[in-house]
Amino acid sequence: MKNQSLFYRTLLIAGLVVVAIIYLTPTFAPELPDFWKEYLPSQRIHLGLDLQGGTHLVMTVDVNKAIENSLDHMIEELKREGKDAKVNIEGAERKDSSLQVTVNNAERDQFTDLVKDRFPNLQIANSSTEDGTASMQLVFTKREEQHLRESALDQSLETIRNRIDQFGVSEPIIQREGSQDILIQLPGIQDPQRAKELIGRTAVLEFKLLADIPSTEDYISGRKPLPPGTEILSGGETDRTGGRGTAPPKYLLEAKTLMTGETISDARVRPPTQTAGPYVSLEFNARGARQFEDITGANVGRRLAIILDNKVYSAPVIKDRIPGGHAMIEGNFDIKEARDLAIVLRAGALPAPVHVAEERTVGPSLGKDSIRQGITSFIVGGSLVVVFMLIYYKFAGVLADMALIFNVLFLLAALTAMQGTLTMPGIAGIVLTIGMAVDANVLINERIREELRLGKTPRAAIDAGYQRALPAILDTNTNSFLAGLILFQFGTGPVRGFAFTLCIGLISSVFTAVVCTRVVYDYLLTYRRLQTVSV
Amino acid sequence: MAFMQIIKPGTNIDFIHLRWAALVFSWILIAIGIGSFIYHGGPNYGIDFTGGVMVHLRFNKATAIGEIRDALTPARLGDSTIQDFGAGGSEYLVRLPVEASETKGISDTVTEALANKFGKDSFEVLRVELVGPRVGKELRQRALLAVGFATLLMGTYIWIRFQFRFGVGAAVALVHDVLITAGALSLVNYEIDLTAVAALLTVVGFSVHDTVIVCDRIRENMRKSRRETMAKIINRSINETLSRTVLTTGTAILVILSLFFLGGNVIRGFAFTLLVGFIIGTYSSIFIASPIVLWMEPARGKARPQPVAAAGRGR
Repeated sequence: MKNQSLFYRTLLIAGLVVVAIIYLTPTFAPELPDFWKEYLPSQRIHLGLDLQGGTHLVMTVDVNKAIENSLDHMIEELKREGKDAKVNIEGAERKDSSLQVTVNNAERDQFTDLVKDRFPNLQIANSSTEDGTASMQLVFTKREEQHLRESALDQSLETIRNRIDQFGVSEPIIQREGSQDILIQLPGIQDPQRAKELIGRTAVLEFKLLADIPSTEDYISGRKPLPPGTEILSGGETDRTGGRGTAPPKYLLEAKTLMTGETISDARVRPPTQTAGPYVSLEFNARGARQFEDITGANVGRRLAIILDNKVYSAPVIKDRIPGGHAMIEGNFDIKEARDLAIVLRAGALPAPVHVAEERTVGPSLGKDSIRQGITSFIVGGSLVVVFMLIYYKFAGVLADMALIFNVLFLLAALTAMQGTLTMPGIAGIVLTIGMAVDANVLINERIREELRLGKTPRAAIDAGYQRALPAILDTNTNSFLAGLILFQFGTGPVRGFAFTLCIGLISSVFTAVVCTRVVYDYLLTYRRLQTVSV
Repeated sequence: MAFMQIIKPGTNIDFIHLRWAALVFSWILIAIGIGSFIYHGGPNYGIDFTGGVMVHLRFNKATAIGEIRDALTPARLGDSTIQDFGAGGSEYLVRLPVEASETKGISDTVTEALANKFGKDSFEVLRVELVGPRVGKELRQRALLAVGFATLLMGTYIWIRFQFRFGVGAAVALVHDVLITAGALSLVNYEIDLTAVAALLTVVGFSVHDTVIVCDRIRENMRKSRRETMAKIINRSINETLSRTVLTTGTAILVILSLFFLGGNVIRGFAFTLLVGFIIGTYSSIFIASPIVLWMEPARGKARPQPVAAAGRGR
């Protein structure tokens, strides 16, 4: 029986070692043979952003803004439906996240019915009457609000994913986090600032007409009050018509949006020509093309402003009706800016603005330094422990060191197999595991010594040593494991990497320290008739 | 049999006798920590918890802190602090507060301002960290919760596996360790950031680890010799496990020292926290957790005759 159990235990350990080596080969081998890629695992240890360099971003989607945008749309619809239902809506404007609507008091019930029938997603939160006018406060129903938040977040995620895909980052991670955040990890990017701008841009494209009023300067400078239905927008940063250093020009525009970027089917960068810099050509889908043709046809001779995120990029004169659905955006940008502009236009606008809530960027050289320093401290710290155990426990020290080596092997293999991420604190976790994993062997060896001092035979001393040390080993490791779990729950990125290595290290250290070393003792006791224990 | 030994078998140090001295010693350490907190105007939270921007820079050659400050002044970045990051004056951390609305491009402004003065190729941005106010607040809450929850969970675990008083002893020892370690961080003016809290949680794990070993032996000895006084049992248990305690803490400290000296700047604060915490954690298992088990000895236990309780309370 004894021999059989020993045989199976040896087999188990040998099997695990082989599996571990197979898992680790891709990480350490420069190149894998073809059959390996076909049949065997070929993933490498995944390095965290703090080791390979890159950017970790948490973007907060301003979901309230999305709700406000939807409310703004509702005003138009309310007015239109009101006209159809012969309800005269005297005033409708948005205040924060509610609509303030006023109607004649006589038409109040009609309006209430209209809202009930046609706008199930709205509800009247408050109403008051004064001088024959009823003013009502309309808000979205809780369900609609929830839906709007969710879809704003999902749409933002999709759009950001599109942009990043087109920007070209290998193995990005983009996922929702909580109720308003999007987590983005971009490993190994060289220009984090540019990526951040690309992701953070709202990219709402609008076409508006320049106001056709004489002496617009007076309005822009504020000498005359703005005529109704107009607004002032400034030129974009790339609009450097006055040369670098001058303030961007301001434009007086008709406030009505004629067209948005929703109908864009493609956007491409066109290379610079002799007379002009690079520009972005747009293509609209059929609906957009018709719209664009109508707009240009009706306004020949006027200037059409192309506006992105409330900045006027260019405002060319419409020379003729433009059929075919082509347009272009000129600005004084360089090729990179033009490329990024094309990306955001292709990928579409964000439904709501996003803000950077958290950013952690590690440059490539710091990552390389960290890896080098991590490996150095691993080797030095590990060697110190190995040598110490050898000197202190002699043969039992050899066993403990063997357990240690197996432990590191299993730990790294498990990290690879479970697709965990190795971070700088993770490396520290491995180093720490080495220092603490020997504890189990120290406990066992100290027990064996105690039993030997009591005059027990080697076999009895070893038996008792393992048996009596085991409860403490299990208790301590369970406890540390619990602490590790809390750490994992609490931490982000690098800290999680630490908790991960710590937890795996605990499991594997119990196995290697208790099972692996015992096999050697049992072999010696059974086949070599061990007479003395060197511990 | 000739074993190599650091602690000779039969060593019998009267740890329990030293418990009052230890108590005074611990309070002094805690007082120093609290004093340091007051002196520094509260805990020195990193941007993880306060929110803000941190830019880690490496210059080609040693650069004076004043020069960097001069370079940043025209950019009007507000209340910036610049810290020498201990690489012979060539690495610096620049910290800036962050407004809720304006999170974009702050690090850019910093690098531009520096490039204007020193030239673009004379320095390198190693790291940028930006934590918005909301995230900072969330992380702070989570950190507090994690440390508190860990302490409770560890205490409960020991309560279930051993006895209530062992659990109390372990939990008090943990609070003791966290307080002193945090005080030590404040004393050397290291920041309390995410990794420091991770290190504190590791200290919590290690400290319990050590307490479990001692408690396990106390329990075993309580079963073996029912007539001995509790104080004697505890003393014997600590002495019997002392060799293991010294060895394990020793090897752990070996690797932590290796991390501290060779692991680089980024991990140094982390290693420091572990170093202090592991030493204090070992000390507290012996001098804090064990005496509490003694103090909480039930006055009338079936297994324990009266004199034990008297001995426990007396002295």
